[in-house]
Amino acid sequence: MATIEAAGTVALHRPAKRSELMLQRLAAARWFLLPMLAALMLVAGWPLMRSIWFSFTDAKLNTLYSAEWIGFGNYLRWQTLSSGAIRWRGVLADPDWWNAVWNTMRFAAVSVSLEAVLGMLVALVLNAEFKGRGLVRAAILIPWAIPTIVSAKMWQWMLNDQFGIINDVLIRLGLISQKIAWTASADTAMTAVLIVDIWKTTPFMALLILAGLQMIPRDIYEAAKVDGIHPVKVFFRVTLPLVRPALMVAIIFRVLDAMRIFDLIYVLTPNSKATKTMSVLAQENLFQFDNFAEGSTQSTLLFVIILVLTTLYIWLGKVNFDGEAK
Amino acid sequence: MNAWAITKRAAFYLAVLVIIFVSVFPFYYAILTSFKSGTDLFRVSYWPESFSLDNYISVLSVGSFPRNLLNSIFIASVTVLLALFLAITASFALARVRFRGRGLILMTILAVSMFPQIAVLAGLFELIRFLGIYNTPWALIFSYTIFTLPFTVWVLTTFMRDLPIEIEEAAIVDGATPWIIITKVFLPLMWPALVTTGLLAFIGAWNEFLFALTFTVSNETRTVPVAIALLSGGSQFEIPWGAIMAASVIVTVPLVILVLVFQRKIISGLTAGGVKG
Repeated sequence: MATIEAAGTVALHRPAKRSELMLQRLAAARWFLLPMLAALMLVAGWPLMRSIWFSFTDAKLNTLYSAEWIGFGNYLRWQTLSSGAIRWRGVLADPDWWNAVWNTMRFAAVSVSLEAVLGMLVALVLNAEFKGRGLVRAAILIPWAIPTIVSAKMWQWMLNDQFGIINDVLIRLGLISQKIAWTASADTAMTAVLIVDIWKTTPFMALLILAGLQMIPRDIYEAAKVDGIHPVKVFFRVTLPLVRPALMVAIIFRVLDAMRIFDLIYVLTPNSKATKTMSVLAQENLFQFDNFAEGSTQSTLLFVIILVLTTLYIWLGKVNFDGEAK
Repeated sequence: MNAWAITKRAAFYLAVLVIIFVSVFPFYYAILTSFKSGTDLFRVSYWPESFSLDNYISVLSVGSFPRNLLNSIFIASVTVLLALFLAITASFALARVRFRGRGLILMTILAVSMFPQIAVLAGLFELIRFLGIYNTPWALIFSYTIFTLPFTVWVLTTFMRDLPIEIEEAAIVDGATPWIIITKVFLPLMWPALVTTGLLAFIGAWNEFLFALTFTVSNETRTVPVAIALLSGGSQFEIPWGAIMAASVIVTVPLVILVLVFQRKIISGLTAGGVKG
């Protein structure tokens, strides 16, 4: 998935002689790529640079064009009070920011690890041959197909403290004695977000892992069965090592996705400090609290964090974009 | 069959049932709720007991929801067509021509699709204001290109790479230029891939929330996800759950049908692109 192989390119049989044909293809390739690269520059490259620039200015929502460069002040600055004490200011000294960082990290770590385990279980079930396999596959595509906002609203209704079905079931089963305000209470808000996210994204994880599982030749399992090896041992010694590349790619994709989560949290638990992530905090500062420069700073910091993670992944995973992953 | 084997089978089918139940139940419950009205809404029920179309009628006749639906359809369709148009030629170059810097371009494309959208929000806002398209559908079509384009290029490159080389060689021998090869030779073979990629990109654009929330401000220009998120009743404490569920069902049913019809293609597209919807 993270590899695009060179196979399939027309191999010219006399590479020494740069034939007219090859030059023509190279020229065409250049023209074919130009519109796409220009579009990406316009919608991604330029706005990214402007966002980073805003983080070094005193911009407000209404004064974007008269914003002035103030250096690293939005990140960290200090004031010396008349008493001689030093007061730190800026995003890096802001407890709200570190709270958002902690929420994002916690959310990403817990959701992705649970999704990986559950996704693996679902993938193992789907990899077995049984009647009704198509039905299961169709069923797990439903959470994936439902828009995030819609699933947030659906679950918000199911998790409603007064009229929600979840509290009703839990009370009937005698698991809780009092109705829980799942999305409103600070203790359970993160749990609620995790439930919805896991419900919605486990299918994606399962399908990616399933693709990896289906690459494993069946005769390996036959051989293990003939040798009388315990299935659990087969899983840890054979299946897991062989499916690891697919699993790692799925996990990386999900981690990067979880780090930027916005919509689910914005809708399911509005204004809850217990779930506010970096993206939510930055968006609010940019467009609701008129702290444009501060919001830009926070979005730039999130960008840097994700950039570092991606670089680590490409470097550690030794993904080679011109050949197989090694 | 001995007892152990039967237990194992039973446990397996129990797992299957749990998976199906958990996947489907929330959607089932949303449909159930959407057909309740008045005080029925506030009585928990597990089976369909009442049937009323009030919520659907109110959502489709009062307010701007029909308009929001049209907005979403228009924006998602144009975004997808634009992305496919730009991606077809680009992916030919990336899949079929060997040139220096190809790896770098592919890496950039992957990096852009991994981007946190919030990182470009401030700059995009400025650009959209500058272009004078703030609070119009074009603002969203413009900004959605940031995730539909890298995705379509990436998936189409994977598909195009797998087309047999003999076809292309034969076309070259016949004197076809790269443009002819794309339009006359590859395009007819690519329809299934285009449909799959287009559908996945459509779902992405249909579901997008952050840009839609930020770049539109009036009821008439909003898309469906923002409209549903902001649906409110007469007062702040009176959330119209019935209407919200009816709206949710209206926007989800077409998607679920599409996804179930194109099941196999979607799964192959997903595994090729590694995206979340």
